[in-house]
Amino acid sequence: MTATAVSLQAEIIAALATVTDPELDQPITELGFVRSVAIEDDGVTVHLRLPTAFCSPNFAYLMASDALDALRSVDDIGQVRVLLDDHHDSGKINAGLAANAGYTGTFGSEVDDSLDELRTTFLRKAHTAAMERVVTTLLNRGMVQADAIYRLTLRDLPAGREKAALLRRRFALGLSTCPNGRVIVDDEGHALDPQAAPMRLRFARSVRISMEGNAHFCRGLLATRYNDHGTTTTQFTNTRTRGPQ
Amino acid sequence: MYTKDGNSYFIVDSHVHIWDGRASNLKNIHGKQFIDCFYDYHRNLSPEEEVWDYDLYTYYGGERLMRDLFVDGYVDHAIFQATLLSDFYVNEFGQTEEAFGLAQRHPDKLTYNHAYDPRYGEAGLEQLRRDADRMKLQGVKLYTAEWHGDSRGYKLDEHWSRRYLEECIELGIKNIHVHKGPTIRPLDRDAFDVADIDKVATDYLELNFIVEHCGLPRLEDFCWIATQESNVYGGLAVAIPFIHTRPRYFAQVIGELLYWIGEDKILFASDYALWTPRWLIERFVDFQIPEDMTEYAPITSDQKRKILGLNAAALYDIEVPAELRLPVPGQDTVEVAAGAKEAVPL
Repeated sequence: MTATAVSLQAEIIAALATVTDPELDQPITELGFVRSVAIEDDGVTVHLRLPTAFCSPNFAYLMASDALDALRSVDDIGQVRVLLDDHHDSGKINAGLAANAGYTGTFGSEVDDSLDELRTTFLRKAHTAAMERVVTTLLNRGMVQADAIYRLTLRDLPAGREKAALLRRRFALGLSTCPNGRVIVDDEGHALDPQAAPMRLRFARSVRISMEGNAHFCRGLLATRYNDHGTTTTQFTNTRTRGPQ
Repeated sequence: MYTKDGNSYFIVDSHVHIWDGRASNLKNIHGKQFIDCFYDYHRNLSPEEEVWDYDLYTYYGGERLMRDLFVDGYVDHAIFQATLLSDFYVNEFGQTEEAFGLAQRHPDKLTYNHAYDPRYGEAGLEQLRRDADRMKLQGVKLYTAEWHGDSRGYKLDEHWSRRYLEECIELGIKNIHVHKGPTIRPLDRDAFDVADIDKVATDYLELNFIVEHCGLPRLEDFCWIATQESNVYGGLAVAIPFIHTRPRYFAQVIGELLYWIGEDKILFASDYALWTPRWLIERFVDFQIPEDMTEYAPITSDQKRKILGLNAAALYDIEVPAELRLPVPGQDTVEVAAGAKEAVPL
């Protein structure tokens, strides 16, 4: 394989890794949802798969169309084809993606509205869960007292994966990422008073547990459905002999 | 009844089925996808020695059910929950007449809950009256996400749904089991959304709303509304098998439920034949919150008694032998959950 081919493959994985399952807040590459990637002369064909035939079609559509958008930003990729396999609405979703029809164009009279509100709901849940993780870590390490959590600012958080995840979620929602910003905030980014902060944290814990539980379900069911014992390997083929026009 | 270490437990399995997912009953590809999806749940979350072969799983019949529940499974009383899915199956998925017939022959052991769909309007209301009369219904199972013609689901607080709920009050049907699940076509909103339960629970205090699968995969939304309403319950079907595959995760789910909705409003359910009750009951009785999870209090035997049977017995007026009851208070006075108390001032 040439250096160009290796780097194109890496760029494709990197692009797909930016696509997350909105319910689980985890990249589709880690979840095993990317079944195969085929690099061909004229472009790239990606097959996605999901844990059940009845995974909510709105989320299925979101992930597939996000994958299409992410791949189109890769240089010299050529034509991008994203196909969703083994879903009860595969035919309709795949036709809609190929025609760039958008959600309402794909499902026509079956829907009234775009998916923006749904997406925002789940970005908020992802932010709430990320907020709970950083604060609980600090509490467990004795780095903050329970009655002082309302005062925590982003600069108080130790650098690392959990902090980075929180900042990413805040950025996605348009909330402040200023180091002086409070960590415990409501969905609109407003700071909470000393009495309300512990309740917000308590509720955030159930949001986090719920999302993690969904991930257990989805990973388990995917492995059972495709009988691959939890491996998340994507099958790659490269038949490209020349660059796309 | 199940006895372990000198403690005895009265068992009510609040969610069981007799279904037919055999090839002969499939109306279309979706019927096959549906039973296959159920089988994946079964295979993925059951201990290896409890996994059935596919053919048995698609149809097992009443005799097998009686054995798995009442001979091998410690269950004292079980409640059928209808899942009709008539758009996927020739003769429906849940076998109404077989289950109802079995319940008629064993009224001490089985209760049959039927289903309705408010999208049938006036004709469906008339049918509900006939069903309630023939089946002596105490409860119904609703599937708000079910596909019906051009409709991809409904909300409980819509006009026709309210008409049906009001009719339930008239007919003495007091337990409304609600399954929140995936749609077959898109909704712009989240099909698992439980907000509609909040509205009708407030408006119809005569009814009990039992949210199946305790609102998973929206546990937090369910917990939140359940703290606000005195008549909202959570069924453990689908959540409880995690006790085997992911016990630490199960500890968090049951810990959250006890905190938010409390020990009087959680109902044991196997969702038979998704899972068989025996191993679930044995493991639940043995289960304890891991010591390092200091955020949750240990679960007591009395809490387990309520969850495994006494709570559902109270909802369905099932006679509990005196020696298996809890000393009052407990069965009649509902403890307010810790989370509910804290949530109120906000």
